[in-house]
Amino acid sequence: MRASSARPIAFVAFGVALLLAGSWWGLAKAPGEVFMGDVQRIMYVHVPTAWNAMLALTFAFVCALCFLFTNAWKWDNRLEAGMEMGVVLSLLLCMQGSIWAKPTWGVWWDWDPRLTTTAVMVFAFGGILALRAFVDDPVKRAVWSSVACIVAFVDVPIVYFSVKWWNSLHQAQSTPQTVSSAFHLPLRINAFGILFLWVGLVGLRARVAALRRRGEMAPPLTQKQSATGRAPITGGAV
Amino acid sequence: MNALFAAFRKDLLLQWRGRTQMVAIFAFGAAALLLFSFAIGPDSSALREHAAGFLWLGLLLASTLSLAESFECEMEEQALEGLLLLPASTRALYYGKAIANWAQLALLGMALVPVMVVLYDAGTLRLFSLLVVILLGTAGLSAPGTLYAAMTSQTRARQTLLPLLLFPLVVPVLLAAVKATSLVILGDPMEQYRPWITLLGAFAVIHWSIGGLLFGRVVED
Repeated sequence: MRASSARPIAFVAFGVALLLAGSWWGLAKAPGEVFMGDVQRIMYVHVPTAWNAMLALTFAFVCALCFLFTNAWKWDNRLEAGMEMGVVLSLLLCMQGSIWAKPTWGVWWDWDPRLTTTAVMVFAFGGILALRAFVDDPVKRAVWSSVACIVAFVDVPIVYFSVKWWNSLHQAQSTPQTVSSAFHLPLRINAFGILFLWVGLVGLRARVAALRRRGEMAPPLTQKQSATGRAPITGGAV
Repeated sequence: MNALFAAFRKDLLLQWRGRTQMVAIFAFGAAALLLFSFAIGPDSSALREHAAGFLWLGLLLASTLSLAESFECEMEEQALEGLLLLPASTRALYYGKAIANWAQLALLGMALVPVMVVLYDAGTLRLFSLLVVILLGTAGLSAPGTLYAAMTSQTRARQTLLPLLLFPLVVPVLLAAVKATSLVILGDPMEQYRPWITLLGAFAVIHWSIGGLLFGRVVED
């Protein structure tokens, strides 16, 4: 058991190290931006968080498809872990965006397509996590959350385009091509740092999900086992 | 096809026999419309401007009641198990129920329009355009709503879960339907009605297809 958790922990450690290095570079070494000054430095975590949030939710979607086709429990473990990670990253994304928007745009919130879509994603996938919490049967829980994950994931682009038509004010997506070359390195280091971090955490979380379900699906203790165990049986047992 | 029609007929008949429920849901929607005007205040021009948004919010809130009810009755006496034993595909069951829900929601929407007109002074003579918006908008609500109601009706916290799952999903329907209804009521100088209707139609087509594909897995396992 220790051996199987060694790799995720190594991923987490490597991710944290990369994040520290990239953030140090971004905060101390990279030049400030001409118009926004130091406020812009939040980009070094904000943009990598955005990439990784999308990646984590896409991973959850792929797990949902794989589960529905194979019925293998490992995909349900990964779905649960990936979806939680996607929701956490999306929530972080909204918070970082608000912190950046207040000094830049003068408001905490703006109804721009990507911001609004991220918020809708938090609620859509957070709702599926709530669904998982309220279904006791492991089989139903796995199938239903896979179905709901697929429906929600297919919905994301429609939400994005509808909000985009509705209202638009955000700057175009940041990619290495739209960002000055002095900012590239810390951006890339942090992107890989967050990637390793969440992949490691998903590995650990999927193991927790597997162990928890093993507990749920284990047959109840027989009277003989109970009698030899610690808990005394005081009656009612047949 | 026969199975689909039979399922549709059964659900429509159920709704008709329980029509007091429909009246109660309509009363709930109308009460919501009344309450929204208290939130804005008696400013008639502001009310008229927001009438479309209130109409669709009222319809959305009321729809969770009618969608949940459509599966709650299948949970009594394990009626759903009985349906699944019939020699009919789950797809036919899904489309039958979704179309019946669509009919009910569209009827509810049309019934709420006069309430909106009276309360917010938001009358229009472009009734056909308004009808198209209501039909397409409620189609977009009923397909994912039926799919999710099938799941949440079997869970512990069903009153909370259905809106929690459905509301984020139908954000495009809400946006497009509100915009299109607004354009019908307040006038459409820029000819923006058609793109919003297209969006509603596209949403409905996508969700009616994936609903039919996935419903079997939801009820069979």
